[in-house]
Amino acid sequence: MRKITSILLVFCLAPLVAFASGSDVKLDHAQIHPSDKLSLQRGAQTFVNYCLSCHSAEYMRYNRLRDIGLTENQISDNLIFTGQKVGELMTVAMKTKDAKQWLGVAPPDLSVIARSRGPDWLYTYLRKFYRDESTATGWNNLVFDKAAMPHVLYQLQGEQSLMVKNVDDGHGGTHEVKELKLDKPGTLSKTEYDAYVTDLVNFLVYLGEPAATKRVQLGIIVMLFLFAMLGLTYALKQEYWKDVH
Amino acid sequence: MSKRLESMIGWIDARFPLTANWRAHLSEYYAPKNFNFWYYFGSLAMLVLVNQLLTGIFLTMNYKPDASMAFASVEYIMRDVNFGWLIRYMHSTGASMFFVVVYLHMFRGMMYGSYRKPRELLWLIGMGIFFVLMMLAFTGYILPWGQMSYWGAQVIISMIGAIPVVGETLSNWLLGDFMLSDAALNRFFAYHVVTLPVLLVVLVVVHILALHEVGSNNPDGIEIKANKDPVTHIPVDGIPFHPYYSVKDIFGVVVFLMLFTGIIFFAPEMGGYFLEYNNFVPANTLQTPDHIAPVWYFTPYYSMLRAVTVNFLWIDAKLWGIVLMGGSVAIFALLPWLDRSPVKSIRYKGPIFKFALTLFVISVFVLGYLGTKSPTPLYTLLAQIFTVVYFAFFILMPWYSKIDKTKPEPTRVTE
Repeated sequence: MRKITSILLVFCLAPLVAFASGSDVKLDHAQIHPSDKLSLQRGAQTFVNYCLSCHSAEYMRYNRLRDIGLTENQISDNLIFTGQKVGELMTVAMKTKDAKQWLGVAPPDLSVIARSRGPDWLYTYLRKFYRDESTATGWNNLVFDKAAMPHVLYQLQGEQSLMVKNVDDGHGGTHEVKELKLDKPGTLSKTEYDAYVTDLVNFLVYLGEPAATKRVQLGIIVMLFLFAMLGLTYALKQEYWKDVH
Repeated sequence: MSKRLESMIGWIDARFPLTANWRAHLSEYYAPKNFNFWYYFGSLAMLVLVNQLLTGIFLTMNYKPDASMAFASVEYIMRDVNFGWLIRYMHSTGASMFFVVVYLHMFRGMMYGSYRKPRELLWLIGMGIFFVLMMLAFTGYILPWGQMSYWGAQVIISMIGAIPVVGETLSNWLLGDFMLSDAALNRFFAYHVVTLPVLLVVLVVVHILALHEVGSNNPDGIEIKANKDPVTHIPVDGIPFHPYYSVKDIFGVVVFLMLFTGIIFFAPEMGGYFLEYNNFVPANTLQTPDHIAPVWYFTPYYSMLRAVTVNFLWIDAKLWGIVLMGGSVAIFALLPWLDRSPVKSIRYKGPIFKFALTLFVISVFVLGYLGTKSPTPLYTLLAQIFTVVYFAFFILMPWYSKIDKTKPEPTRVTE
């Protein structure tokens, strides 16, 4: 019986929960540099300060951050606030059950978020929060309508509000353009905040696939080897095939 | 050869046909000397098979077939296992490349009439391999237990369930549950790592045995065995597979590996076509993704599945879709009996066949593209048109291949 109920639930809820994560807002391009270790370190710092309190990155170990040029001591002293050991996974203290009660949904794990959402989506999302009194948190987002997440970086970015303009589309009609206006400036300027988010997105991309840099380096060596083999095997083939007429 | 080695081989030969097999399958297997580019893909398919078997073994060492741990264990492989990322990318890229080489291998057969007498059974065994390969791809794709794994499988399972009379029983038997769940994941793991690979390896061996019995076809589609040297009884247009084709295939392997490793190291997701972005989200049984698309190699069939939108002849539209999808794969098996042309190779076939084959290839690509998109009225109409084109290639073949104006075949292979 329980099974049947759960099947029915799936089909009843499916249309509801497939919620508006898709939107037509044009995404801004994230100018990230995966080899820029300082940017990654700044991103890591933002990540542990602002994201890791609600979101986990539970497939990632703290000491893996040696990849981005940190020592184990630097990691434990500056990036671990949970009393965990440096070899442990980046879990979150908040319980899933509590999170659901407080926010409506459990904040997703961020280990591979950059691989499912893509850097441009994250870059745009983190910059497009606006004040919306109709939502539970008082925040809404242009790229993710009714996102359960409040704007955790608002002190840095400031508070934006939504402006809907009707613009002439050149064919006699109008179309709606949604724009955000900065009402209360934060501690960072727009350029500074964009750079700040870029660092964070850079880190999230690294977090999605820590081996990516190594992968490309190894790939170049493999390619060089194969190029050499290409010549050798071609010469070998030509040598044998000389006597086929 | 040293005396000692010779006596060792003699010892084995008295107990096992080692030298005899070496000769029959390699050093005295005579292959036509005019193989071209299209003849690399058989040996490349073998290479990819070995790649899948080896990397698969290493993946099973760390993968956990448990609905609550599967996704995390894949990320564990990607992060904490030494070179786990490489092994996994070799396996995931290998899956797609398996289909690339098998599709090209099949297309070669269609161009040069390799399915024609006496190679009908060889072709049918190949179709068996293709079927098992699709099952392997499907069961393997479920294992990471991401959103696409789960919801993609849900689509296929509901298809099995829609088969009249036996559907539901069959689906329950395959899943070991009434819905896609942990029990099903365990079973799919067993199918993927034991049942299907064993079947595949057996079928590949049988495929090669059948090939070596009838001999390889060639781009001219003529039988080299019809023209043997009167003294040696060796086909005059044949050359021993080893060393000629073994060294040629090694060169082909290097070229292939450049492409293969290029993807592994520089674009393992292949823009979302080899590893779908949505599959980096853990499976959520309560949240259907906006858009469910299979991996690229299944998209043409997926298009045909979605193409039927009306009930027809008292049969439900969904069931028609399933019939078309199954039929689109199964119909390849009939090719040896649909082709009535007096010649085998496209080189000597007439303009109608060339036109039909071109249309067929276009329809596969269009259907493949449409399968990656959300359906719109226009896309559905296009899918319907090209489904008809796809099937027309096969169904009309007995007529158009007969009336087509062919050229005479040569008696000896050409360059």
